[in-house]
Amino acid sequence: MSRHDNPTAAPARSAPPPRTRRTGRVPVALLLPAALGLLFLVLPLAGLLIRTPWSTLPQRLTEPGVLTALRLSVQAATLATLLCLVLGVPLAWLLARVDFPGRRLVRALVTVPLVLPPVVGGVALLLVFGRRGILGGWLDSTFGFTLPFTTPGVVLAEAFVAMPFLVIAVEGALRGADVRYEEAAATLGAGRWTTFTHVTLPLVAPGIAAGAVLCWARALGEFGATITFAGNFPGRTQTMPLAVYLALETDLEAAIVLSLVLLTVSVVILASLRDRWLGSS
Amino acid sequence: MTARRLALYATLTMVGLVGCGGGDTADPRPQGGAGTVTGDVTVFAAASLTESFTRVGADFEAANPGVRVTFSFAGSSALANQINQGAPADVFASASPANMTTVAGAGNSDGSPSVFVRNQLVIAVPDGNPGGVNGLADLAQPGVKVALCAEQVPCGAAAAKALDGAGVELTPVTLEQDVKAALSKVRLGEVDAALVYRTDVRAADDDVDGIEFPESAGAINDYPIVVLKNAPNGPAAQAFVDHVLSNPGQAVLTAAGFQAP
Repeated sequence: MSRHDNPTAAPARSAPPPRTRRTGRVPVALLLPAALGLLFLVLPLAGLLIRTPWSTLPQRLTEPGVLTALRLSVQAATLATLLCLVLGVPLAWLLARVDFPGRRLVRALVTVPLVLPPVVGGVALLLVFGRRGILGGWLDSTFGFTLPFTTPGVVLAEAFVAMPFLVIAVEGALRGADVRYEEAAATLGAGRWTTFTHVTLPLVAPGIAAGAVLCWARALGEFGATITFAGNFPGRTQTMPLAVYLALETDLEAAIVLSLVLLTVSVVILASLRDRWLGSS
Repeated sequence: MTARRLALYATLTMVGLVGCGGGDTADPRPQGGAGTVTGDVTVFAAASLTESFTRVGADFEAANPGVRVTFSFAGSSALANQINQGAPADVFASASPANMTTVAGAGNSDGSPSVFVRNQLVIAVPDGNPGGVNGLADLAQPGVKVALCAEQVPCGAAAAKALDGAGVELTPVTLEQDVKAALSKVRLGEVDAALVYRTDVRAADDDVDGIEFPESAGAINDYPIVVLKNAPNGPAAQAFVDHVLSNPGQAVLTAAGFQAP
């Protein structure tokens, strides 16, 4: 962070340069759109709060389905994030550190799930991992195991949609990191694996943490790929976003309560993780 | 299939927008023959009406050259919610009286709804019937994967009623958000069977087979249609409803597998 502090501020004669960022009044041309942007993001949340049925909230929260869906959501998002870390960090390293033909194409492919409508992602997953899919058919005939309509299927769908967030964040961190540390390690005789685990990983740990947080948040809110690939069954594949969608079919207030629960839990977890991993800047 | 539906929505929306633009500057074309109404009609219709209403809409446009029909097909309960939240629709065609009551109860219907068709459930199985399903009781066999609609949507309510009536207890692998989603799980071969409407099986291509079962007679869905109170284009909305109830409209619907009311 300190590298980005204002380097052009006039140094005081003897005292160290002041570490304040204020260099004058905030320009209205920036303040106004910033305030509008904030309002735009916060107003819908306020809308949820305004319509929340506070009087019946306790009894709605203790309905058995709510906790089940919440637990499943948190578990699946966490497992999906772990899967993304195991596969995504090495992928980000490959993209950032190894010069291979077609690297730009690979980088573009990695971001495809970002632009793909999640429902289409779900259909694509079915075509590969489904019972009649290329890999899924083999899994079924060899091990008698199918992924659709199972909790591992939810994890898979969420990981598919969320992994690009992790890869992009980690690759950015790797590109921003000073390569000379890795080169120094290599000069001192460290192999590439040792360099990766002892130098690179600690160096980009904040980037990995930020990527994991983004990835987890995206996985938690995942709807389209999950309902398409994993279906919807309470306790097995019905995560909170799916429960919200189905509650919306008949009972707006129930949907609002579920949304509020999801919102509260995710904000609390994200805020505490950010404080721990990224500092409270 | 979902992609195809999305493409259809996009096209219909664009058609609707183009129609809108034209509607502002008074249409210079003379009205031909039967057509006396003009402008846009937005029809919110149950997902199970997708194919048949698209055809009915085309016929209606042909009979009324100044009219453009825009459809929004989705689960009836979702549509009912959207209407009660102020969606600018002219006509609501629901797959069950319950969702119509939601709309009428909120004071959003103009006049009383008319039942225009009825629909019956069948068992949809993938081509070749890999689960060996021959009747409702087979769905409860271990190892047979079944998709049902969620009970919040009409096809799910009808399925629950039929299963209850027959005394069949089963645990589906998934509860889908509308009937087309349940059908697509059959089409992809991910489930061995699903309870969907007869019309959906008929609209699907060769990759889905329908098995009639006698217990479905106890759970027939009435489809009501109504002009909405806040319809932006009331006269055209009424004309569309009249067309659906007319002989040519009914002929298209019965050809699609619906029963006359």
